[in-house]
Amino acid sequence: MQKVLTQVPDATGHYGPYGGMFVPETLMAPLHELTAEYEKARADQAFQMELKFLLEEYAGRPTPLYLAERMTEKFGGAKVYLKREDLLHTGAHKINNALGQVLLARRMGKKRIIAETGAGQHGVATATVAARFGLECVVYMGAVDMERQALNVTRMRLLGAKVVAVTAGQQTLKEAVNEAMRDWVTNVRSTHYILGSALGSHPYPMMVRDFHRVIGDEARRQILEREEKLPEVLIACVGGGSNAIGLFYPFLQDEGVRCIGVEAGGRGILAGEHAARFQGGSLGVLQGARTFILQDSDGQIMNTHSISAGLDYAAVGPEHAWLRDLERVDYTYCTDDEALKAFCFLSETEGIIPAMESAHAIAEAIKLAPTLPKEHAIVVCLSGRGDKDVQQVAQVLGL
Amino acid sequence: MTSPSDNRIDSKFRDLRERGQKAFVAYITAGDPSPARTPELVWALERAGADIVELGVPFSDPLADGVVNQLAAQRALEAGTRPSVVLDILRAIRVQSQIPIVLYTYFNLIYAYGIERFCLHAYEAGADGVLVLDLPPEESQGETGVGSRLGDGSLRRISLVAPTTPPERLPKILEKATGFVYYVSREGVTGMQEHVATSISGRIDLLRKQTSLPICVGFGISTPEQARTVAHQADGAVVGSVLVNRIAEWGKDADLPRKLEEFARPLAEAIHS
Repeated sequence: MQKVLTQVPDATGHYGPYGGMFVPETLMAPLHELTAEYEKARADQAFQMELKFLLEEYAGRPTPLYLAERMTEKFGGAKVYLKREDLLHTGAHKINNALGQVLLARRMGKKRIIAETGAGQHGVATATVAARFGLECVVYMGAVDMERQALNVTRMRLLGAKVVAVTAGQQTLKEAVNEAMRDWVTNVRSTHYILGSALGSHPYPMMVRDFHRVIGDEARRQILEREEKLPEVLIACVGGGSNAIGLFYPFLQDEGVRCIGVEAGGRGILAGEHAARFQGGSLGVLQGARTFILQDSDGQIMNTHSISAGLDYAAVGPEHAWLRDLERVDYTYCTDDEALKAFCFLSETEGIIPAMESAHAIAEAIKLAPTLPKEHAIVVCLSGRGDKDVQQVAQVLGL
Repeated sequence: MTSPSDNRIDSKFRDLRERGQKAFVAYITAGDPSPARTPELVWALERAGADIVELGVPFSDPLADGVVNQLAAQRALEAGTRPSVVLDILRAIRVQSQIPIVLYTYFNLIYAYGIERFCLHAYEAGADGVLVLDLPPEESQGETGVGSRLGDGSLRRISLVAPTTPPERLPKILEKATGFVYYVSREGVTGMQEHVATSISGRIDLLRKQTSLPICVGFGISTPEQARTVAHQADGAVVGSVLVNRIAEWGKDADLPRKLEEFARPLAEAIHS
């Protein structure tokens, strides 16, 4: 079991039956090259030192593990700790992966960076590191997302990135990934694609996980210092699942630590109204990986909905599908309304405005904390801050 | 189950070789502008001189396709072109044509249908081959090789080779390949381009050393001149987006088939000359 948990993927990028490399032939050699380069970088002390330096001095790591005291008191149950990824430079955990991958791009001599983005947090992180390393940057974003996350569009443009509106399909994250892949397949010799979540073809799910495991590594050290024991529960939201796998991964062998991933329940688990792949999805192949997907009986990808652009996506990262099979991680969901309430609750109770994505994890903590004894500890990944969501929330609430 | 030599793709290439001719492979999206019109478009292409037809089975997320084919897939899906409808289209085509037909699609549709079931049903409906854009040979091997049964039986498995494919990868691809090899002429998605890559002849020579299968070249070929150049170096040229674009433009015309036929004829003549 222990080996199964952490020694994935296998050499061909599979997590049990999930993952793999389902891409056009043109991308196979570049992906193999990326895998080989990443394996080298991972073992290279100088690469790791430079990444560590940038994470600390540029991005602001380590992030605090903050005891949400008023929230804890209010529920009278388990202590709630927040892993404050929202305090990182650019406002979300996405910078961890963007920094890792930009160093990789530089090693491979790529002069041009592309990315997809949903909520815009990964786009901003990518535009940021591209600016920092003087590389050309193009970010693909669904036109619907550009409207609901307008602040991040402006930030990317200020950072010198070109933001390309994607108007195909439902104009959100999935279409942005399609368009980024089309760009990559066309410009693959000059360009590195910084994929922003733990999804897509191998080696991305593995690489993105490794670059984010710093979240869990730090949290583990911090909670041991504070509580002198491991937490009983970890909670994180799951779109593709990058912040979740980053938090969970270093704890997977600790059998007493329960991990909970929270998907977007949207307006409820009805076709087209949500993005909870483990609730309404089935096994399929999308954008490079075999995993759980929201699709119709023909295999056409279905529309999704979530109040949170970052969770509004039809496939889940393949490692999450595997961890669910192994019953190592539990996956649940929370609805738009619950997330919105959690968003307001955390703002008013702790003075922290969370990203709407992270508010899904907070909503689960709100449900769970009162049911657990006081001596238990919950660590919630506060994956990003909510500045980008303020206008949308103001609209919904009529503020 | 028929013997391998009965496959229409194989016998077509045998005939062409005997005549010293190259293959005009024409691509259109099934169900664009509507499932009912696709058979007459295929017959029109055959009259124009097409040797093989590739029929796109429309998928919601065609990430290897350029905008022309994306829009065609969207129109076809809006017209109700489910995979089962594509099989109906095949049966309708076969009423009056024996032109070799390759289904061109993305893996998830076949996976959802059931791989063996899809291959059997497609063959029974009249397909001769299948080309899956996002299924490399790596996903067709060993325990996790979900795609390994694709192309067993009577359907030819048309495999892609790209300009980025290193020589050492070729044996792995060719091991699974039957029917013909599809050489992608350039890095990129499907779509028209002004210039065809000039580096293809060296690549084709390399391929010929490793396979006796016919080699067809596609992606971006849109003029008779380009088609002639490519056909000269390979065993066939695939023309797609430029035809799809015509269908988009003339989709509502009653004489769409005749117009398509006239448009395709110079391409056929260039390839056959």
